[in-house]
Amino acid sequence: MSMFNVFAIAGSALTAQSARLNATASNLANADSVVSADGTPYRAKQVVFKATPVTGDGGVGVRVVGVVDSAAPGRLVYQPNSPGANEQGYVEMPNVNVVEEMTNMISASRAYQTNAEVMSTAKTLLLKTLAIGQ
Amino acid sequence: MLDRIDQQMDALRTAANLRAYRQQLLASNIANADTPNYKARDIDFQAAMDKAVARRGGDLAMATTSSGHLTGAAGDGAPAGARVMYRTEYQSAVDGNTVNMDVERSAFAENAVHLEAMLTFLREKLRGLQTAIQGQ
Repeated sequence: MSMFNVFAIAGSALTAQSARLNATASNLANADSVVSADGTPYRAKQVVFKATPVTGDGGVGVRVVGVVDSAAPGRLVYQPNSPGANEQGYVEMPNVNVVEEMTNMISASRAYQTNAEVMSTAKTLLLKTLAIGQ
Repeated sequence: MLDRIDQQMDALRTAANLRAYRQQLLASNIANADTPNYKARDIDFQAAMDKAVARRGGDLAMATTSSGHLTGAAGDGAPAGARVMYRTEYQSAVDGNTVNMDVERSAFAENAVHLEAMLTFLREKLRGLQTAIQGQ
């Protein structure tokens, strides 16, 4: 019954979008983290989506295949008194673009809402199907 | 007797099956709205219904003699008559994704209403048959 597959498909999208939301939260929280776990400035994280068949009959869900570090150059801020400053007095800040992260967050949240709505529509329809013959 | 009852339901059942399959395809499109290079897919319900009612079945499949051969059908396991096709894109995106959320959402809502109608018709048909059987 293909209506049940809608749950698998929309569910995979919910998982993927929440992973994206997680990455955004991490980026925003660390927008000013000059030192990360390995001693270098924090790098913005981006999730990579990939379409994945979830059912045998043409249903395509989505999956997070990896989390990559953004390749954008870090911001250089002139702070000669900071312990992290280089010889010229510049501190390399994380390459997090806050505006980009905010739009990413809104986009992820809208996508999550849409997929949740898809699930609730599928549920209504399945309940209607159950009511056949009553 | 039973096969006649079955005949009564046949068209509605075919339609409901096709609608349910289309609902799955549209859910796939909505789920992959942010996936790079994903191409939105859909079926032409009317053409699929025509084909299914005329019992012409699906498109001819290619003969496969090895497990590595392709079947030549875009939607494996699709119900009879349904031919999965790629949607024509309205606005191209840099990441190669062709999902247009407005189109997909409206198609999803439209399809849901149609499916609900099919289910209501089925229910009413069964109710009518029940009345006939009970003779009250």
